Amino acid sequence: MADPRIVIVGAGPAGTRAAEALVAAGLRPTVIDEGRYSGGQIYRRQPPNFTRRPEALYGTEAAKARAIHSAFDQLAGRIDYRPETLAWAVKDNTLHIQKNMRIEALDYDALLIASGATDRVIPLPGWTFPGCYSLGAAQITLKMQACAIGSRVVFLGTGPLLYLVAWQYLKAGCAPLAVLDTSRMADHLAGLPLMASRPEQLLKGARLVSGLRRAGVAIWRGILPREVLGDPDRGVAGIRFTDANGQDRQIDCNAIGMGYHLRAESQLADLAGCEFAFDPLLRQWLPHVDDAGRSSVANVYLAGDGVRILGADAAETSGRLAAMALLTDFGRAQPRFAMDRLRRLMQRHKRFAQGIAKAFPWPWQQMATMPRTTVVCRCEAITVDELCSAVETCQAPEVNRAKAFSRVGMGRCQGRFCGQASQEIVAFAQQASVESSGRLRGQAPVKPLPIGVCEEVGHG
Amino acid sequence: MAETRGAADIIIIGGGIVGCSAAFFLRRRNLSVILLERYLVGQQASGTNFGNVRRQGRHLTQLPLANRSRAIWAQIPSLTGSDVEFMPVGHVRFLWSEEQIAVVEDYARQASHYGLELHILSQREIRERFPFVGPEAVAGSWSPHDGHANPRLVAPAFARAAAKLGAAIHENCAASAIEKTGEDFIVTTPTGQFRAPLVLIASGAWGGGLAEQLAEPVPIEVAGPQMGVTEPAPYFIHPVVGVSTKIPGEVAYLRQIPRGNIIFGGVHRRPAALDERRAKYDPAGLMAQFRQILRLAPTLRHLRLIRTWSGVEGYIGDDRPIMGASEKTSGLYYAFGFCGYGFQLGPGVGDVMAELIATGKTETPIDEYHVNRFTLQPAARLQVSAAH
Ligand SMILES: Cc1cc2nc3c(=O)[nH]c(=O)nc-3n(C[C@H](O)[C@H](O)[C@H](O)COP(=O)(O)OP(=O)(O)OC[C@H]3O[C@@H](n4cnc5c(N)ncnc54)[C@H](O)[C@@H]3O)c2cc1C
Repeated sequence: MADPRIVIVGAGPAGTRAAEALVAAGLRPTVIDEGRYSGGQIYRRQPPNFTRRPEALYGTEAAKARAIHSAFDQLAGRIDYRPETLAWAVKDNTLHIQKNMRIEALDYDALLIASGATDRVIPLPGWTFPGCYSLGAAQITLKMQACAIGSRVVFLGTGPLLYLVAWQYLKAGCAPLAVLDTSRMADHLAGLPLMASRPEQLLKGARLVSGLRRAGVAIWRGILPREVLGDPDRGVAGIRFTDANGQDRQIDCNAIGMGYHLRAESQLADLAGCEFAFDPLLRQWLPHVDDAGRSSVANVYLAGDGVRILGADAAETSGRLAAMALLTDFGRAQPRFAMDRLRRLMQRHKRFAQGIAKAFPWPWQQMATMPRTTVVCRCEAITVDELCSAVETCQAPEVNRAKAFSRVGMGRCQGRFCGQASQEIVAFAQQASVESSGRLRGQAPVKPLPIGVCEEVGHG
Repeated sequence: MAETRGAADIIIIGGGIVGCSAAFFLRRRNLSVILLERYLVGQQASGTNFGNVRRQGRHLTQLPLANRSRAIWAQIPSLTGSDVEFMPVGHVRFLWSEEQIAVVEDYARQASHYGLELHILSQREIRERFPFVGPEAVAGSWSPHDGHANPRLVAPAFARAAAKLGAAIHENCAASAIEKTGEDFIVTTPTGQFRAPLVLIASGAWGGGLAEQLAEPVPIEVAGPQMGVTEPAPYFIHPVVGVSTKIPGEVAYLRQIPRGNIIFGGVHRRPAALDERRAKYDPAGLMAQFRQILRLAPTLRHLRLIRTWSGVEGYIGDDRPIMGASEKTSGLYYAFGFCGYGFQLGPGVGDVMAELIATGKTETPIDEYHVNRFTLQPAARLQVSAAH
């Protein structure tokens, strides 16, 4: 049989290791990535005129970043690498891609999606004011533009990224005023036994927190965010929250970075027809995969944070594993022990991630108490009230129905940022489980596509 | 025998715009109604369509029905208590070729006998009135009283209004078998049986399967028109815009909503499957669509597409719907197979069917849609048009 045509989406840790494994087996995969450079979100490379050393950029993860970058660079010439290219649709074994004003349809025999994650956010009154960013965005401005989101910054939310970004700001010379974490000490204790499966990670986390404390960054736990203060013209002026003792507090600041872990970028898997399953611990719908990364669609493989958020190390492992599963399925048997070892590693990553999920729970109860005037869907400016009315007066039992009536999730981001909160709000409005409110279905294009692309001759 | 879950004067099968408006108008005529919908009301063609409330370009003999429906469109808010975003902003069709002018002039003349007001506009006039139009247009055909509405809202609005009047709307309840025993029909669903002396099949593209079960097969082909929507832009395209052409690959249409998004569709339909809950958009056709909509309004090149979708629609060989009483089974009625125009017609169809069922006749001629055109002469004239 001729070599299978394999397309990998994503050149982060998962995509890099997958490509490496396929190249090692003598294949030449095509690698699509939206970014200008490989490395993904975590090992994002700086622009050519930036000169901070990996140690300054990636801290404790510098060695891993170096390894991933050089692994990818060594594939040069042996893969068909398409940077700055968006995969915007999948159908019938064809991946549709766009680069600048050109589009192309890539037929494949196997597709390996390693599309990573984006921020998981919870709306808050005032979160649409200028100066309010997601944690991921706060990190990108630092890594790509060497800018901070403000001069007096507060980080708000929960999860390891909350502390990591705060620490990165500190290291870059703009110490945040405070870190406001919705998780409580009791949650951390509940997560500890599972997190102990990766003691080295646990230790790193502890060091981040104590480093922040020593530098004088106020760390509040068990808080309930109330509202972003300020106005739509002049932007963020502060944050109001309730502390763990039930006291109302306020911090003046001019920028806020917020986020509650991450969510899998799973639209391509959705468009490819992969089945999804509800994960009750994470309260997220995630594409279903077997223990090696095979999706429910025969020639579609999924790896990395695009399947479930297990972090960068797990992404490397799962990328390798999915590539090996793919090779096996295409008649190139892989050493059993090697695959088994990777599977065991994945188990460890999963246990750890469960610990993280328990230690920093998604505070979905917030959605129940949110003022009805809060904007949920930023693109379409839909409020909690409009969404609840769709459920209550128009009888929308699930979120796609609520979308049809209220326009929630109909804008440019297609519900990638408001989808999870919307599911919670729909569930709350009808006093039902979040699982029963379903998930917003993906619709191409994955990201907005310029109409002018059709003017390029010879394409489409 | 399984216990009967409900009984009424009539069971409507299918909760699209046709079934839901029929339920509403039947309640207004005091018949008790059960409506069975396989999924949620208005989710299929009626909720996924382009939203065109268009009469110009339709078969002339369908205009009385279309006019009756248009009159209801204006009253939907007062009838149902819901704003379905109906905007009677007019409908313009641009012409790409001089030869087509004679065709539309002829159509306009004939349509005027049916009360449809149409104006043929010169090249200069269309540029004045629609400054966004592309340079290729040689003329336009303007229908001032047509418009558009939000398809996602209409069928559910009729269903809610029908329920308020006492109709029993059962969602997630598919009719798997229809049997007539004695005077009554027994309709079987996964959650039990329903009983009524009258049945209306209003199951859209799925109507063919049910008609076949009832020994009145109809040739029906399933396809999905392809739709997309752009990011919002300042509101500058007020009418619904289309093309008058004989070339199917040139058929394209678009409309803008005051919120700014531009919704478009046209060019090629793609295959759809009846066993799937929804028809998938086929990205392979997108560039051809983009090219056609840029002919209509070139400045759209600066916008971005944010979402695509399709819907399941059943097309009947002669491009006419099936409406009326069954030939074979008394008490059985059909209203399905609206080929690309059922959104505009839907409210009128519901009203006409209610009239027919309640009184035995209707003021609006629908004889040419009788199911017997297939049972009497199986090889009926097949004439497929791509009109939208
Ligand atoms: C993408 C697209 C664009 C279109 N654009 C326009 C337009 O711009 N203007 C226009 O006028 N028309 C347009 N149309 C056509 C129009 O949408 C349809 O003609 C119209 O909606 C048909 O309504 P319906 O009620 O007959 O069918 P549907 O809306 O399909 O409703 C039928 C219902 O029956 C249910 N059903 C089927 N079988 C069973 C069963 N056994 N038991 C219970 N329930 C069952 C289905 O679930 C469905 O909800 C378009 C269609 C599509 C798909």
